[in-house]
Amino acid sequence: MGVIIDNSDLWVETLFGTLVLFLAGGLLALVLGIIVGAMRVSPIPIARGVGTLYVNTIRNTPLTLVFFAFVFALPPLLGLRLTSAVSLTLGICALGVYTATYVAETIRSGINTVPIGQAEAARALGLTFGQVMSLVVLPQAFRSVIPPMMSVFIALLKNTTVAAGFGVVNLGSLRNYLSERGENQLIVIVWVMVIFVALVLLLSWAQRSLENRWRVAR
Amino acid sequence: MSSVLYDVPGPRAMARNRVLGVLTVIVIAVIVGYFVWRLIDTGQFTAEKWSAFTYANVWLNIGAATLATLSAFGAAAVGAIVLGFVLAIGRMSDHAWIRVPFTAVVEFLRAVPVLIFMFLLYYGLPVIDVRVSPYWAVVIALVAYNGSVLSEVIRAGVESLPRGQSEAGYALGLRKAGVMRLVLLPQAVRAMMPVIIAQLVVTLKDTALGFIITYPELLFYAKYLGSQPSLDSPIIPSTIVVAVIYIGLCLLLSFIATTVEKRLRRSPGGGAVAAANPPLQQGTDTELIVAQGGEPRGPAR
Repeated sequence: MGVIIDNSDLWVETLFGTLVLFLAGGLLALVLGIIVGAMRVSPIPIARGVGTLYVNTIRNTPLTLVFFAFVFALPPLLGLRLTSAVSLTLGICALGVYTATYVAETIRSGINTVPIGQAEAARALGLTFGQVMSLVVLPQAFRSVIPPMMSVFIALLKNTTVAAGFGVVNLGSLRNYLSERGENQLIVIVWVMVIFVALVLLLSWAQRSLENRWRVAR
Repeated sequence: MSSVLYDVPGPRAMARNRVLGVLTVIVIAVIVGYFVWRLIDTGQFTAEKWSAFTYANVWLNIGAATLATLSAFGAAAVGAIVLGFVLAIGRMSDHAWIRVPFTAVVEFLRAVPVLIFMFLLYYGLPVIDVRVSPYWAVVIALVAYNGSVLSEVIRAGVESLPRGQSEAGYALGLRKAGVMRLVLLPQAVRAMMPVIIAQLVVTLKDTALGFIITYPELLFYAKYLGSQPSLDSPIIPSTIVVAVIYIGLCLLLSFIATTVEKRLRRSPGGGAVAAANPPLQQGTDTELIVAQGGEPRGPAR
């Protein structure tokens, strides 16, 4: 415990960094993912094509490569200077762009689980497009999207550690700072592992309870 | 084309879709155009920036780095599949004293980020005088994580099989090991092959994490090449080259996964086990009759 109590300032700072990456990256991934997911199910062939291209390319790109491109290749391109705020922003963008593909696929498969008769019945009743979506399709899709979406966010939480290799402060980079203070690296890393297991268990518990609350009755 | 979201478009919807299509093209063109303009403006297409790639040595090094990536992937893939089988069989054991520890190990390995596991092997273990080379740190961490994920995939495959499969095996006089080896696992692996290959794509992608613990794979070489002032620091060209190689490799593996999936769906055999044998009822006929409180009396139900 001494490792934590003696360096509590760094532990709090890095845990905060991880949470910022997780929440901001998750928000960006949700926004981008919803847009791309909507493009992939839209009636416009070009939008579908662009969405498919984006999802297939990024899903076959290592996250480390996405970070590499954002943190090393983008600053000279846009004339940015790598301050800590800039690398944090670029890190969030990298996580968001990468995770958005998984969010988009989750949303698309969620919409595909709604039986086609549901929407046809709604249209036969004379509901408008907005009503069909908000009253019939999305409430059903939402329920089947929740469990896989939580899995995406659990993966995102674990992926935040990759930012440690690119100068963004988070739990993954704690080892580096504490070894400069002469702490035992092995113990630090084991504690970081414990924290991640605890956070992941917390999220899986949330996943299970949400799943039970919104189970699809079909 | 009718879908859950929209009807076959009429004249007004078709006009609207056309407008939206043009709008999409404009937005994409603006984004792509901006990046191309930045690339041209910062001189990324000049011959000096790409001069590094005129040397045979650079390409030999890129080849060596690709081999390093592939050798880490190959070792990790084989190890992960082996570990996956071991963990899956352990987790499906009838004995609680085997099942519970295996479950704990699988859950732990799945929850720890791969990079933190690599840190443990590469930076943590030297504290207790165990030196692990970057190569083995990458391989062991990938085996541990992907093995635990694959074990869950294999277990799901076995559990999706109809109960009658194992019961038929027992009825023929096979032991537990025989039922697992000859009846359950072959079908489970066949049904889960696309998921297993998809997980191998994840393994290939995650070898790039070796960059962070100084394993000399593709990204590591790209960084090295990109910081050579004598070659005009071609960080962007080298990123592009490495990205093409990495994405190409992953796309190839993903393509194999979809091909296998399509072939399985077409073949009449065990491939579509889960789909072809939907659990029409929970449990077997005998169990059903027992549950209904009657004697097993033959077909009258």
